[in-house]
Amino acid sequence: MEHTVREEQGNLVVRFEGDVDLEHSPKAREVLLECVRGGQDVLVDLSAVSYIDSSGVASLVEAFQASKQKGTRFALVAVNAAALRVLELARLDKVFTIHESLAEGIRGGA
Amino acid sequence: MPESRAKRVLELRFPARAAELKEVREAVREAVEGCGCSPKSSGDIVLATDEACQNIIRHAYGGESDQLIEFEIEHRGDTLVFSLVDHAPAIDPSQVQPRDLDDIRPGGLGTHFIRRVMDEVEFLQPPSGRGNLLRMVRRID
Repeated sequence: MEHTVREEQGNLVVRFEGDVDLEHSPKAREVLLECVRGGQDVLVDLSAVSYIDSSGVASLVEAFQASKQKGTRFALVAVNAAALRVLELARLDKVFTIHESLAEGIRGGA
Repeated sequence: MPESRAKRVLELRFPARAAELKEVREAVREAVEGCGCSPKSSGDIVLATDEACQNIIRHAYGGESDQLIEFEIEHRGDTLVFSLVDHAPAIDPSQVQPRDLDDIRPGGLGTHFIRRVMDEVEFLQPPSGRGNLLRMVRRID
């Protein structure tokens, strides 16, 4: 798994690439929580995630809950079909805010 | 295909380590697609079997271990039978239950994924009499 974090119009955009699995989800969790703790709105780009398992989903849930406590926005953007299927199986597709594209996610916070 | 003509389509033995699982997922996907599973079904099966391996690593062995997971897939008629054997102390199957999804919190989703994806899930006594045997069945679609 690779990741990048960049700032776009006041949002932190976290992009994961590859497998967010048992081996790599501790790093994903650390990156997400660090971004949320910084106090900015966070958009997580899942377009290049080839696989996500329960441990990866748990990292997203933990960061989402931390953002609620902070009162900041946390949304998923450009979720590809494989990752969306896992969120559907967890019935989290209706819990997370999901934007079709990064541009829409950025507009969504305007 | 009668049960007597069951065909073993995958047989793996690997250490109970997270770094092993990517290769296992790739082998499972190739095997189940070779038996006629659609890409969507194979994605679900890969997830469920990966979660079953993770449960062995995290809960049966109590963390990463050099001890082995033995994993095989049999093609029986229009079903696939998945068997995972570990050599950990016997677990209590009543403790391996999916959690309530209305309780939004990290963790505990793996068993839910397994139950959602597989048609049958049961813990059996392994032939050796030691460890755990998880048997899961999924109709091919």
